[in-house]
Amino acid sequence: MLKIEARGYESKFWRYASPILALLLTGATSGLIFAAMDRPPVLTVYTFLIVPLLEQDGFQALAVKAAPLIMMGVGLSLAYRANVWNIGTDGQFTLGAICGGGIALAFPDAPSLALFPAIVAGGIIGGMLNGGLVAWLRIRFNANEILTSLMFAYITQYLLVYLVTGPWRDPEGFGFPQTALFSDNALAPRLIEDTNVHIGVLLAPLIAIALWVMLEKTLLGFQFRVLGQATRAARFAGFNENRLVWVAMLISGGLAGLAGVLEATGTLGQLTTTLSPGYGFTAIIVSFLGRLNPIGVIPAGLLLALTYLGGDAAQINLGLPNAVTGIFQGILLFYLLGCDILLLNRIRWVRSKPKAA
Amino acid sequence: MTELLVAFLVSTVAAATPLLLAATGELVAEKAGVLNLGVEGMMLAGAIAGFATANETGVTTLGVLAALLAGTALALLFAVVSLTLQANQTATGLALTIFGRGFSALLGAGYVGIPAPTLPKLHIPLLSDIPILGPVVFGHDILVYLSFAILGAVAWCFRSTHLGLILRAVGDSHDAAHALGYAVLPIRYAAVAFGGALAGLAGAYMSLAYTPLWAQDMTAGRGWVAVALVTFAAWRPFWLLIGAWFFGALMYLSLYVQALGVAVPSALLSALPYIGTVVVLVLISRDRRLIRLHRPAMLGRPFQARA
Repeated sequence: MLKIEARGYESKFWRYASPILALLLTGATSGLIFAAMDRPPVLTVYTFLIVPLLEQDGFQALAVKAAPLIMMGVGLSLAYRANVWNIGTDGQFTLGAICGGGIALAFPDAPSLALFPAIVAGGIIGGMLNGGLVAWLRIRFNANEILTSLMFAYITQYLLVYLVTGPWRDPEGFGFPQTALFSDNALAPRLIEDTNVHIGVLLAPLIAIALWVMLEKTLLGFQFRVLGQATRAARFAGFNENRLVWVAMLISGGLAGLAGVLEATGTLGQLTTTLSPGYGFTAIIVSFLGRLNPIGVIPAGLLLALTYLGGDAAQINLGLPNAVTGIFQGILLFYLLGCDILLLNRIRWVRSKPKAA
Repeated sequence: MTELLVAFLVSTVAAATPLLLAATGELVAEKAGVLNLGVEGMMLAGAIAGFATANETGVTTLGVLAALLAGTALALLFAVVSLTLQANQTATGLALTIFGRGFSALLGAGYVGIPAPTLPKLHIPLLSDIPILGPVVFGHDILVYLSFAILGAVAWCFRSTHLGLILRAVGDSHDAAHALGYAVLPIRYAAVAFGGALAGLAGAYMSLAYTPLWAQDMTAGRGWVAVALVTFAAWRPFWLLIGAWFFGALMYLSLYVQALGVAVPSALLSALPYIGTVVVLVLISRDRRLIRLHRPAMLGRPFQARA
């Protein structure tokens, strides 16, 4: 039988090999699932992971999709290190988009140089407000942040629906639940003319690097690392746990808000009832695939962005519902978490002991 | 007025049933020390498995059984990763929710907007015809009564049986339970599987009795409310019932007030149950002593047997 045996140390090799093993297993398992559904497994996985990149502008689409995932994933990797389980980044994303979008709608004629920074600030503050509320409820009232952050995701979603079907609805929009298009002054600057490659594509890796420096090179970052690995040691060292909770929620919330406002002003150009196609949960996978390391989050974000594009490609080319993306993502997270047992343990084949009398 | 009251009470019990079933299952898993955040995913899997099976076979009982199996299967998946492979339970539970949402949406793609046989309401001669009391107490379908029976059985098990004592021991101190010779992991597997079965049942109630239809993400966060209920009840079974009724009433009221056409926009009313969850969670959690006293001490901690 297979036996799990403690190594007694952390394997350097599996630290990097385990996510790759998880990816391979995910590919194989999804292939099996597709085969069980009478779909050609190789063609389906190929459509999922390769076809989107072969299309014209495939890499641009990938970068645009990855930008919000990287921003949110970076924030989460910081929070999860401190055992702050923010799972409601969708809510922070949405509130950011609402706050920034509100500014964009209120001042359509303001000069771009003033308007766009104000919109971005609004987005970040919106995300921080939502995240800060969660932090405050945990610190002041001991309320579990997993549940409160997720509940706020539902609440902000309804707030968004209320706004775009009510007071903010475009009067000339033929009754569609959407706001007016933002003015050109309010749109996120483009990196490449006439594409939707917006400034977020540049910001996302810069933010990842900045947070990596903060984690690796500053006292605050050191406190985050210790708190995650040895909570008791952190307490004995006198680290202020509440302060770390505040920082974790404000940064992860603020980054989600930034991602939301850039999605609204960079990709959509208006507010609609569905801003986030499940980015909140996907960002969780991104942070784990990136090993809770801001630099690792960059390739992880690109990969998970690919699963969104692949879901669309599978829907168009193969007629599969794009919910397949969710299955793929769920399996990936299972394998990622499961394979990590190899970090501290080895799996050995031992002959089952003959039962002694 | 009495008609309104009867409608309110009947609908509250109906809306509370999926919450009560799922929360009872989660309570058992948590008492054994396992935090399974995949309730939402297991409910969705149960909802589609039950709906599809009832639709294909025309037999609701088979649908309910399929839902039970689907919830259990997903729970076992969670158990392998979080118990045997000792992965972080919070993250594994999230993976289960993500997977369950995708899986149910894929299976359910062909079932959107079509009818299926629904669970009949029981009609007990004489009793169901009593005014007010009849419809409120004796006018529900079988799953409603089953949910009360299961809650009662679970409460009795924890309070008065050897099995309950072992489960609590595993949840409060797995090392001590192991030292006494109890098989910690198999017991946790069983508790998690039980939780999954009940979550599946809760899903079947949604798609075969409450709505009764299949729609993507039809549980709309009820799985998470069920997890919150366990904390709200401070791990005490009968408080689950009160909590479930409270949220059932809140859900009904938010629908009812919308139907009345009150000036409050419907989107904001729909947010009411979620706001209620946050408020209630805050009110209960602020009593740190109550939480510390009742929370299973090993909740969320992986167990590895040392020789």
